[in-house]
This record gives sequence, structure tokens and C-alpha cells, in this order.
Amino acid sequence: MAEVLTAAEEDRSHAQGQRNSGDLLDARGLTKRFGDILANDRVDLTINKGEIHALLGENGAGKSTLVKMFYGALEPDGGTIAWQGRDVTIASPAAARGLGIGMVFQHFSLFEALTVVENIALALPNPGNMKDLSARIKAVSEDYGLPLNPTDVVADLPVGIRQRIEIVRCLLQEPELIIMDEPTSVLTPQEADRLFLTLKRLASEGCAVLYISHRLEEVQRICHHATILRHGQVVRECDPSKETPASLARMMVGTEVIGVSIGAHQPATGNVRLGVTGLSARATTPFATELKNIKLEVRAGEIVAIAGVAGNGQGELFDALSGEMRVAPAMVRLDDEPCGARNVTWRRRRNAAFVPEERLGHGAVPGLKLSGNIVLTRHGTGDGLVGSGFVSTQKAGELEQRIKKHYDVRMSHDDPEARSLSGGNLQKFVVGRELDRKPGVLVVNQPTWGVDAGAAALIRQALIDLARSGSAVLVISQDLDEIFEIADRIAVISRGHLSAPEDARTITRERIGLLMAGGAEDEAGAA
Amino acid sequence: MRIELVKRKEHSRLMTMLSPVIAVALTLIAAALLFAVTGKDPALGLYLFFIEPLTDTWSLQEIVVKATPLVLIACGLSVCYLSNNWNIGAEGQFVFGAICGCFLPILYPGFENAATLPLMLVFGALGGAAWALIPAVLKTRFNTNEILTSLMLVYVAGLLLDYLVRGPWRDPDGFNFPESRIFSDAATLPVIGDGRMSLSAPIAVLVVIVLAVVLAKTLKGFEIRVMGESPRAGAFAGFSSKRLTLFAFALAGALAGLAGTMEVSGSLNQLLPSISPGYGFTAIIVAFLGRLNPIGILIAGFVLALSYIGGEAVQASMGVSDKIASVIQGLLLFFVLACDTLILYKIRFAMARRAAPAGEASHV
Repeated sequence: MAEVLTAAEEDRSHAQGQRNSGDLLDARGLTKRFGDILANDRVDLTINKGEIHALLGENGAGKSTLVKMFYGALEPDGGTIAWQGRDVTIASPAAARGLGIGMVFQHFSLFEALTVVENIALALPNPGNMKDLSARIKAVSEDYGLPLNPTDVVADLPVGIRQRIEIVRCLLQEPELIIMDEPTSVLTPQEADRLFLTLKRLASEGCAVLYISHRLEEVQRICHHATILRHGQVVRECDPSKETPASLARMMVGTEVIGVSIGAHQPATGNVRLGVTGLSARATTPFATELKNIKLEVRAGEIVAIAGVAGNGQGELFDALSGEMRVAPAMVRLDDEPCGARNVTWRRRRNAAFVPEERLGHGAVPGLKLSGNIVLTRHGTGDGLVGSGFVSTQKAGELEQRIKKHYDVRMSHDDPEARSLSGGNLQKFVVGRELDRKPGVLVVNQPTWGVDAGAAALIRQALIDLARSGSAVLVISQDLDEIFEIADRIAVISRGHLSAPEDARTITRERIGLLMAGGAEDEAGAA
Repeated sequence: MRIELVKRKEHSRLMTMLSPVIAVALTLIAAALLFAVTGKDPALGLYLFFIEPLTDTWSLQEIVVKATPLVLIACGLSVCYLSNNWNIGAEGQFVFGAICGCFLPILYPGFENAATLPLMLVFGALGGAAWALIPAVLKTRFNTNEILTSLMLVYVAGLLLDYLVRGPWRDPDGFNFPESRIFSDAATLPVIGDGRMSLSAPIAVLVVIVLAVVLAKTLKGFEIRVMGESPRAGAFAGFSSKRLTLFAFALAGALAGLAGTMEVSGSLNQLLPSISPGYGFTAIIVAFLGRLNPIGILIAGFVLALSYIGGEAVQASMGVSDKIASVIQGLLLFFVLACDTLILYKIRFAMARRAAPAGEASHV
């Protein structure tokens, strides 16, 4: 095994000679910045041989960024990575594999039309002939309790088996460190149990595992050590077996005091403006989440927030509320009118407004000017934008000016294409476009995702003002600080189940963490 | 040194205008090379191909005659391509439209009155639309790939026409030639001027104007552009991608069918085993060269029509293969699509190279 070291790096690694030679991987001060956002801020992480090391954190805490630097998919802006005691530059995933670092991705990278053995052969540097490789796949997969039939076509296999292919592909390269990105998010409990046995076996053979998850009970069960990230920084290291799920959850979500007075929250006494009853919907793709019997009421004058880890059904719930996914009429009600089968324009005409999570490509068309993007959601809402089939560019321009001024959308020249705006400015525009209508019901998914603090405060204040003026506001967010700042009631979504909303003044972060980690399912099931 | 493509923040207006011009220039250079390689004088070849046809009234009229179906078909195709529906089968829609438009004068030659011609045009448009709706319905119902299905239907339509003119629709007084009977005056588009130009040319211009207004100013045009660029955002706007697919195919088919009927009624005056020198395919090039914009298509239609006439000219006077026109058309499409990259990307020459990545140098 050889590493490319420049002379300077050589000097430095000698200078830092007191590193523990037993460490497999030792990262010091890793920093990665994306535009305005510091995704990783001087992260230190040490992984020992034979250790199952958990990397914990909320979405956006910087876990994926960190492991991508280990796997050579991202280049750090600062800091060093030492592998088996020597400083290395991991320039590509191939280099990482060469060092002995393998990765199993959350979403698989398999060719559906090919067989298991063909898929594996494609990823190996020198696969040899297919017959021998098939035999090796069979031997290794059975040895580790993950049996595979090399001649099966991937398209016919369920997700659990597909993940096995990825793991076996990784094992065939005899790695010394395997990075697993939320491996159980697509597995049944039984499949997960089998995976845990394999991981324990690997660890006992000296292979280290870096295990990314937010399922705390899993981490407690199998991990020897945990590093917790929040907002790109390491906040704690601990031995998960000595912690409780509640204490782990608290470390993950933080306990900072928030500067909003409790008095701002008011009990809602108004009419139910947005009602959801018995909302169930099947998953339409292998990575979608099934919605299970969701019940929710949002009253005039209040903000209800839905907390939860990404991929637990937030996007599907949003689509059902907006009308992009149709359900049975009675499942969704706007101002007591059943509308589950109505389309998004109909709902907008009933004074509802929606802000999706993805700004570009869902909330806005990248190549369209801002004025055009105003027509996108407001062509049917009686703003005078469309008259007898013709679009009024003048009226759209006026609205664009108004939103730009009112919501402080900054742009380099007048009416640019949406794609040229920074994330925060585009978010102000997308939220402002809907708030400008003074909607009676607003559903917003991730209102301040990736937005700087100033813009976030502006958006949150606007949401509160809207609710206080008599509208019903539903906020779906992964940012607990934000939720506590603005919500009157809080519910948690987990694997497509929604817990009953609780008063934001009395619910604790520990309780939310437990609901996120699977408690919401149990409570919804019991209810 | 290495050449990088860097994404622009916004579409470059300059490049949107310039890209087809660069593409035409590159095509001329490639065509000159082509002449040189085959041992002909490149300058003379280019002159005969691109300039001489413009110097004489007869060939100018021929260019209009050839440009008319190209422009009509390309207008419909632009709506398809703008909305991300890859209709490659305009040639089939052209042929099937012509069949539907021409059954009246062939099967009912006695039906001669003022309604004959309008009815033929309506049937032609409906027939083309129906043919185009087959791949559209297959796409929306069964998620089939419309590129394949629309293309395959081209050959079905071609063989159907071949069967009809050799079999049931053959002219009873035609000495067994594979041709239908010649249309009566009531079924013939009025001629404009002294050449072969017919009423079809002004109709094509009218279609261009209407479509340009619809695309630029109406909500339907907005819907078409949004769905093409970002279907998820289109769904969020409340537009139905399935309905738009059906609409775009039906419109493109109707215009192709109309063009087919007018070509037969105005120029050929009878059905033949082959009624198109590949208009439906060449129109794809016209649509892209014209920036999927009706006005641009009108100009591009003339450029491509010129390539037909020029191809015949060099074949006649220089003895070059008649495939030269197809080759030059293909080169043009290739260069247009390549140059379009520059609308959203710019070229950067990167001088400094980073130190060799570890992955390349290590691991023996």
C-alpha cells in the first residue's frame, strides 16, 4: 500500500509523529464549505481497527459531507486525514478503495438490467472471469450470512437483497473500513437483524465500520463508539451503550436556549382550516414512504410543525396536501370542504398555498425568469395574471417587484432567471410569492433549509405574522430550533406515521427525539 | 492545458442567437472538406450548393415549395420538443395525413364542390393527429418510449401508402402504374404565381404567426415551456403532463397531416408510392435550427429547403452522389445540437493542473 505524499506533507506527518499507530483512520480539523454554508467545521474523528463507530446527527449536520471526504468523493478545504498513521490525500473513490476504504450507499448504484455477478464485476478493478467471480460471490456471501445468487437479475430483487449486493461487492475488495450510510433505512427489522450479525462478524475480524444512522436504538445495540455532529461540528463523543436513547437524542438535537418568548405561543381556538383524516397512501417508488392513517388538524391562527428525520414521509404528505398526489376526497379538507381528489389549482383557488422543499425544479423553474415563476403558482388565483388565455407580463412584473421589495430578494439585475439566485434569496422569493397572496392555509416544507440566519428570521417572522392574522400554517421541518421558535403545536413523523400534535410549551426535546426514533409509530399504532 | 465546460448562471442571449449561425458556418466548412475529399473543387461545390439556387426565380419558387411542408411540420414538432415529447414520427404523420386527406378525391371523384378542398384539409389534419396520438397514448398509458413507437409508425404508414397506391387506390385508367387517379380541380390547391407555389405557403406563414403568439403570450405556451424544462414544477403549477403529451402529439400530427395533404393536393396532384423526400425527418433539423421558435423555424425551413435544391444542383452539375444533401443536413443538426451547449455553458481553458491525484499514481 503506497500513498502519494508531497515533501511538505511528509515533513508534517513526521512532526505530528505522536499519533497512535493503532488508529486506522484519524481525521484532524476537517473543514468543508459550500458557498455560504460551513458543512464541516474542524471535525476530528478517530476510528480504531475492529470498531463499529456511529456517526450521529440530524439531517444537514454534515455526516454525508464528512464521509464523502473519507471516500474521496469530496475534497476537504482544510484539515488532514491519516490512514494507518500516515497522512494521505484521497483524491477519488478509486483511491479510497485502493487504501481499503469501502462504502455502501443509501441509494444503490446498481444496473437493474444486469445480473448480480455482472454488477459486481463492473465495480472491481480486475474481476477475472465470471465463473470464478460467481464462485467467490457465492462463497463470501454465504460466509457472511448474506446469501446471493450470482445469476439473478437485479431488477427482480427486493431492496434488501440489492443492499446485500452492495455489501458483498464491498467485501470482495477486502476493505479495512466500511462506511455505511443509513443501511437500515430500506430494510425490514428482520433484514436489519441479519445485517447486524454481519457487521459484528466483520468487526470481530478487525474490519472497522463507520455507521451513519439516526435510529438510536440500533446505534445502542451494535456500536462501540459514537461521534455526534451538529451544524457541522463535533459536539460529543460517547460510548452509546452507556447512554439512553433520550440522552443521545438530546445530544443530536441540542439544548440551546431559544430567544422566543413563550408568550408568543397561543392556544388555537379558531376553526379547523386544514383537516386530515385517515390519510393513507402507498409508496409509489422503492424509495418513497407509505403514509399510514395520518390524522391532523390545523386551526385558524396557529402554526403546527411536523418534526422528523428526512425520508419518513414528509414529501409524500406534502404532495397529498398540495394535490400533486390525489387521495380519497374525505382524507384532506380545506375549510371543511373535502378536497383529497382535487388538483393543486383548485386548492389554490380555495386560498391554500404551498411551498415545497425543493426550490429549484419543484417550487421554481430554473430557466424561467422570476416573473415567469410567479405565473407558475398564481396563474389560477385571480391575480389578473391571465386574461382569456393570455399571460400579462406587465402584471407579473409588478408582482415580482412587490415580492422583491417586501421580502428583500436580492438580485444582480432585474428579473433574472431563478437558477441565478442564491439559495437563501430564492427561498425568500418562493415563500414570498405565496405569502403575498395572504393564504388562508399555508403548507410549507423546510421553510429555511440552507438559508442564512437573517433570511431565516425574516421567513419565520412572516410565517408567525400570517398565522396571527387568522390563517392556518403547517410547517414541515427537520430543524428543531426552528420548530420550537415558531410552532404552537408539534407533531412528529416517523416511517409514515404521524404522532398526535402536542403543545409546544410542554413537549421536550427528549420526547421529540424518542418520537423521531420510532416512538411516533408506536403511539400512532396505539392510538 | 485542459478545456473545461463551465455552467453559466443564466442562459446566454447572445449564444441563443449566435449558436445556429456558428453551426451553419461549421457546416459550410465541413461541406467544403467533403467536396475536397471527393476530389471536387470546394469553392465551386459550395457555390453551386448554397448560392446558385438563390439566383434564379425557378429555384427560388422550388425552395418555397420545399420549405412549406418543412416549416409546417417543424412548427408542430417544436411544441413537442419544447414540452419534452420526442416525436420522431412526423414523416409517418405526414404520410398518414395525406392518405386520410386524399381518400375523398380518390374514392369519390364525383364529389366536386366548394367543400371538397376544405374537407380534405380537415381530414388530413385529423388523420395526422390520430396517427400521432398512437405513440402519445402508448406513452401516457403504458409508459412506452415515444421515440421508438413514433419512429416505427413511420414505416407502417409508408407501407400502408405503398399498398394503397399499388392495390385498391390504383388509378383504373393508369396502365397499372402504382399511382392514384389525378385529382380534379376541385381537389387541387389553388396555384400562386406561375410556378408550383400553391396556397399552402401562405397557410404555413399563418400557422407560424399563430403559433408564435401562442407560445410567447398565452398560458398554454407557458405550460408547454414549463413542462419541458421542469415537469415537477409543472405539476406543482397544476398542469397535467399526460394531457400536454396528448396535446403536443395531436398538434404536431395535425400540422404534419395538413402538410401532407397540401403537398399531395398542391404539388403532386395524385398519391404516389412515395410522397415525401424525408420532410418529416428534415423537419426535426428545421425545428432545432430554428431554436424551437416559430419565427426561427420559418428561416431554418428555407435553409434546409435550400439544401434539397442545392443537393440536386451539385448532383446534376458536378456528379456528386445525391446523398450529399442528407449528409449536409445531418452535419447541420449535429453542429446545431453541439453549439447549443454554449447557451448554458462557456468554454474555459484551464492552464494549471492540480497535482496528480493519489488514485492515479499509487497502488502497485
